[in-house]
Amino acid sequence: MNAAPAVEAIDLVKHFDGTRAVDGVSFVVPEGSVLGLLGPNGAGKTTLVRMLTTLSVPTSGTGRVAGFDVVRQPTEVRRSLGLTGQAATVDEILTGRENLKLIGSLYGLPRKYVREATERLFARFDLLDAADRMAKTYSGGMRRRLDLAVSLLAAPPILFLDEPTTGLDPQSRSGLWAVLRELVSEGTTLVLTTQYLEEADQLADEIVVVDKGRVIAAGTPTQLKDQAGRASVVVTLTHAADLERAAELMSSCSQEVHVERGSRRLTAQAGGLGDMTRIAAVFETSGIELDDLGLARPSLDDVFLHLTGRRADAENASNPSTEGVAS
Amino acid sequence: MTAVQTTRAPAARPPIAPPSLVRASATIVWRNLLHIRRMPEMLLDVTVQSVMFVLLFAYVFGGAIAVRGADYKEFLLPGIMVQTMVFSSAIVAMGLTSDLQKGIVDRFKSLPIPRSAVLVGRSISSLIHSSIGVAVMAVTGLLIGWRIRNGVVDGVLAFLLLLLFGFAVIWLGIWVGSMMRTVEAVQGFMFTVMFPLTFVANTFAPPESMPAWLRTIAEWNPVSAITQACRELWGNGPPAAADAAWPLQNPVAVSIGWSLVLTAIFAPLAVTAFRRRSRD
Ligand SMILES: Nc1ncnc2c1ncn2[C@@H]1O[C@H](COP(=O)(O)OP(=O)(O)OP(=O)(O)O)[C@@H](O)[C@H]1O
Ligand SMILES: [Mg+2]
Repeated sequence: MNAAPAVEAIDLVKHFDGTRAVDGVSFVVPEGSVLGLLGPNGAGKTTLVRMLTTLSVPTSGTGRVAGFDVVRQPTEVRRSLGLTGQAATVDEILTGRENLKLIGSLYGLPRKYVREATERLFARFDLLDAADRMAKTYSGGMRRRLDLAVSLLAAPPILFLDEPTTGLDPQSRSGLWAVLRELVSEGTTLVLTTQYLEEADQLADEIVVVDKGRVIAAGTPTQLKDQAGRASVVVTLTHAADLERAAELMSSCSQEVHVERGSRRLTAQAGGLGDMTRIAAVFETSGIELDDLGLARPSLDDVFLHLTGRRADAENASNPSTEGVAS
Repeated sequence: MTAVQTTRAPAARPPIAPPSLVRASATIVWRNLLHIRRMPEMLLDVTVQSVMFVLLFAYVFGGAIAVRGADYKEFLLPGIMVQTMVFSSAIVAMGLTSDLQKGIVDRFKSLPIPRSAVLVGRSISSLIHSSIGVAVMAVTGLLIGWRIRNGVVDGVLAFLLLLLFGFAVIWLGIWVGSMMRTVEAVQGFMFTVMFPLTFVANTFAPPESMPAWLRTIAEWNPVSAITQACRELWGNGPPAAADAAWPLQNPVAVSIGWSLVLTAIFAPLAVTAFRRRSRD
């Protein structure tokens, strides 16, 4: 495997008079992989992307894209990347097609290529019907897609996307995810920022969680979930009447069992698959009817709240509905 | 650390030929002119508004303004054309701020083009914008009796002086446009600057009738020199009064000088402000 990095951030720092927007961030994105930059508002995601795409000059540190230094070799960097910024930057007065013509001409691409690529991209993003309308008549989702089409025109090997699905309805969002997966399968390296844990979970090979300009965690989605807490076995009963007996049975296998009466659900901390099969065996012989039995990992939501220290709210909110049954 | 290496392209990558400054600027001019074509109302400021100025001053106030040895309409036209040209600084500022605000400049900056193309393209399209205004003024003038009376060479020279002056004030516009955050702010500021600049001058009335201190300001105003130069080159008015300040005695040389001085002052300020704005 040649794991030459497509993107490298080495101790990147950006200060705006007084604000440490990015305060020493490092990461490496191997070629062909997807990095998710996850963080709350003001974490520094956009600032990071702007530095790596040559739009903003770092206060200190180094950024490399396709092996080129973002400060010393900006033109080479710009040739290698595509960027879809947080706010759609399409020209509203031009039609969709003219937007691509404009950008194609600024890349110095052959006209014929631009014409063909426009048809291909517009077909892919479902924009053919609107291609000759001014972009100001587009919906938010259409603008996003046009913005993405513009970014993809020169078929960049590395694509930066700053909150690509913010403001999209669920259907457009999953549509965009499908397109991004397709690009990745063709070999494109993706760096995407998001506030949606689900998005990072769905797309990213590696996640870097940033908060207040610093990296507070990094790893694969699975690693991050493991960090946040152990998995649990979740059992849903068919009859609420069995709750007491089921809780007792589960307590014999696990130290900590939670009962949710309304949903007839019991949750037990588990070390892994072994615990789950043991609990399954116990219920098998008990005669208690089950709707469902499964292993639940903590969601990235849990991870995120855990890491950014904003978990307390979530706990307070969920406590009243959960009742602890000590063993 | 890592050696420079090429990254595998996902699909066959098309040939990218980063355009020269000229080509990139031409593309941006095409885009800006397309805006004007789609929104012709953008031209109102240099067309309808200027025509109204001409008609107001020629037929409403004109009777009350005495110009020794010249027809007021002929006297007025060069002044209005200079005013239209000065307006290019407001046009460039508003266009630039709008593009900065909407992230269009960021989009351009993420492309492999010379960074100055954004400014060069913007400047040229703004000059075209105000030149359309000057052309409309010329036609209006011809309809109400204004004429170029001193031959083709001097006539063309005056238009070139106008363009040179427009080029100089455009730097002021780029400077203001790079520093302000909203188009509304730019508009407010530029109008505040533009009105005294074009009225405290010989644009609409001879400065001889002003109080002494104001007359001095008016006669040293760059707008007066260029207006006087156009009047003399087009044969639209008498030479400046014998006791007028020195700039008005040598208007052609002085207006070239003013254009160069203004460029020397505002171009570095503009470029620095635009660079600073684009570092963040
Ligand atoms: N041009 C600027 N001038 C001054 N401060 C800035 C500038 N750009 C960003 N900041 C500050 O830097 C910090 C990080 O901002 P940034 O936009 O990178 O966050 P973000 O993670 O992208 O947030 P969001 O999720 O809201 O987009 C914020 O405190 C922001 O106010
Ligand atoms: Mg952001």
